[in-house]
Amino acid sequence: MGFFLETLFGGLMTGMLYSLIGLGFVLIFKASGVFNFAQGAMVLVAALSMARFAVWIPQWLGFNNLILANILAFMVSAVLMFMMAWCVERLVLRHLVNQEATALLMATLGIAYFLEGLGQLAFGASVYTINVGMPKEPAFILESMFEGGVLLNLEDLTAAVIAALLVASLALFFQVTATGRALRAVADDHQAAQSVGIPLNRIWVIVWTVAGVVALVAGIIWGSKFGVQFTLATATLRALPVVILGGLTSVPGAIIGGLIIGVGEKVSEVYIGPLVGGGIEIWFAYVLALVFLLFRPQGLFGEKIIDRV
Amino acid sequence: MFYRENGQFKTSYRSDQQIFPVRQDRIFIFAVLLLAFVLVPLLASDYFIKALLIPFLILSLAAIGLNILVGYCGQISLGTGAFMAVGAYAAWNIGVRFPQTPLIVEILLGGFFATLVGVLFGIPSLRIRGLYLAVATLAAQFFVDWAFLRIPFFTNYSPSGNVSVPALSVFGIALQEAIPKYLFVLSFVVIFALLAKNLVRGAIGRQWMAIRDMDVAASVIGIRPMYAKLTAFAVSSFIVGVAGALWGFLHLGSWEPLAFDLNRSFQLLFMVIIGGLGSILGSFFGAAFIVLIPVALNHVPGWFGLPLAIDTAAHIEHMIFGALIVFFLIAEPHGLAKLWTIGKEKLRIWPFPH
Repeated sequence: MGFFLETLFGGLMTGMLYSLIGLGFVLIFKASGVFNFAQGAMVLVAALSMARFAVWIPQWLGFNNLILANILAFMVSAVLMFMMAWCVERLVLRHLVNQEATALLMATLGIAYFLEGLGQLAFGASVYTINVGMPKEPAFILESMFEGGVLLNLEDLTAAVIAALLVASLALFFQVTATGRALRAVADDHQAAQSVGIPLNRIWVIVWTVAGVVALVAGIIWGSKFGVQFTLATATLRALPVVILGGLTSVPGAIIGGLIIGVGEKVSEVYIGPLVGGGIEIWFAYVLALVFLLFRPQGLFGEKIIDRV
Repeated sequence: MFYRENGQFKTSYRSDQQIFPVRQDRIFIFAVLLLAFVLVPLLASDYFIKALLIPFLILSLAAIGLNILVGYCGQISLGTGAFMAVGAYAAWNIGVRFPQTPLIVEILLGGFFATLVGVLFGIPSLRIRGLYLAVATLAAQFFVDWAFLRIPFFTNYSPSGNVSVPALSVFGIALQEAIPKYLFVLSFVVIFALLAKNLVRGAIGRQWMAIRDMDVAASVIGIRPMYAKLTAFAVSSFIVGVAGALWGFLHLGSWEPLAFDLNRSFQLLFMVIIGGLGSILGSFFGAAFIVLIPVALNHVPGWFGLPLAIDTAAHIEHMIFGALIVFFLIAEPHGLAKLWTIGKEKLRIWPFPH
């Protein structure tokens, strides 16, 4: 039982990371109808820039303070994400308005290639570490209930708290601020939003920036756990089932989907994996999502797709 | 001036329904075939054939297969690499377990097994649409990658999952040199391209297109979505499977599951979209574009005399490739085939456009 709980907690933590990446997908899809395959590349670029600037800035300015370096690096990376969002809107999205979903999908794949190349060109292609002072030592909980207690990684726990804070602040941003309302309006109906005077182009820049910052946070958490390297871009493919499971248009869907996939993956790997040779977590998430989709084709929380002739 | 249909009267249904109704088109196609079958083997160097033409032809074939699914039937698939892998491994397994099987039969059987897997993973398309389906087809990709890596039966218990094909021959002719290989691949591609072209012109092709344009409306006028979608998956994955077998047998010679990973699927989807959705000719254009760009980008720094480190060059290549894709999508979202059509329209009234 203790072991099962450990697996479960591990899954929930991984699921949290998936949720963060999935959140980026959902934000952009809702606001611009683009399925953003470049989210993975954005995570990679953001994490690379965070890792490098945290080293470079103290060197340039000549101080030695981990917290200050991290804060500055975070700000620089966020500005970088904003610049990327602006360029994407200016150079790509603006010219592809009203194109088919597949063309837009391919365009984001092109952006992904570009960002992957650019990120590695600018920041180098070796493995870097991000040190934001996350606690590394494990902790034991529920020792009174089970023998030896349940092993819990404090780092994962911090990550989960950060992710929860991020989601909460995003929710607040969407509900309370005027920009947030405009974003929701655009997500609901492009034409109606435009007709009441909401500038679509600016909204797109904002939403890509927000997605970029979400990618940055995901990149920092992921990077401080596993190191920053090229596989980060492909690791995000693992988060794709999350968004289709939760529904492409639903923020809570991304979070709950992430948790389901994270737990399902870990539990299946531990309990079914050994029977068939291991390594099944790569496709298990997809098959799980597929099974769910057979019953609810628009995802668990997605808007119902209604076809009219 | 030269590209005119004037005076070419169609006096029978037969002549009205032929593949290339315009005489100039027929002459052009004939000239291309002549060039491909006679002149290229005479003139091209071995390197050119092995490194460029054979990959180009095989990937064109795979792109045709994918185009049937994505361009004609409107079902986005990101699992093409998986179907290629199934074709290649199935053909290889048949070759290893039944060594007497002729090469052509092996390759076609590879296509047959790819069809089975394709139909299996096509079943969700009856419920799931659009982008959800695209992500769902990734399940095929990851599952097949995993299966060939972890299930030793498929790779005949070779420890690394690496398999290699023995010496190939067809009708007693050895397929070792570049030219016989090239001609073998070319014949396959020409035959399949013709078959595909005729399929999409026929009743089944029109059903696919109706489903693509709007599946609810199509089912209202009596097209069975299940039949149309699953046949599209079947035909598409058959062609892709054959292309995969050719890729493994005649291009690679020995390969591991990584040869057919997700990047291959993306690459093929690029070909289809840049070439033109719903166009057989476009598949060739797209394949040429995607095969040639990296080669060209490799040589560009050399022309300017810039000494670039290999990894820097690779990253720049990555960037330019991505930027070019975005550029082409913006410049012509309907693909290179559309440019070709526009060119033909222009040529009709050239040199007096008014």
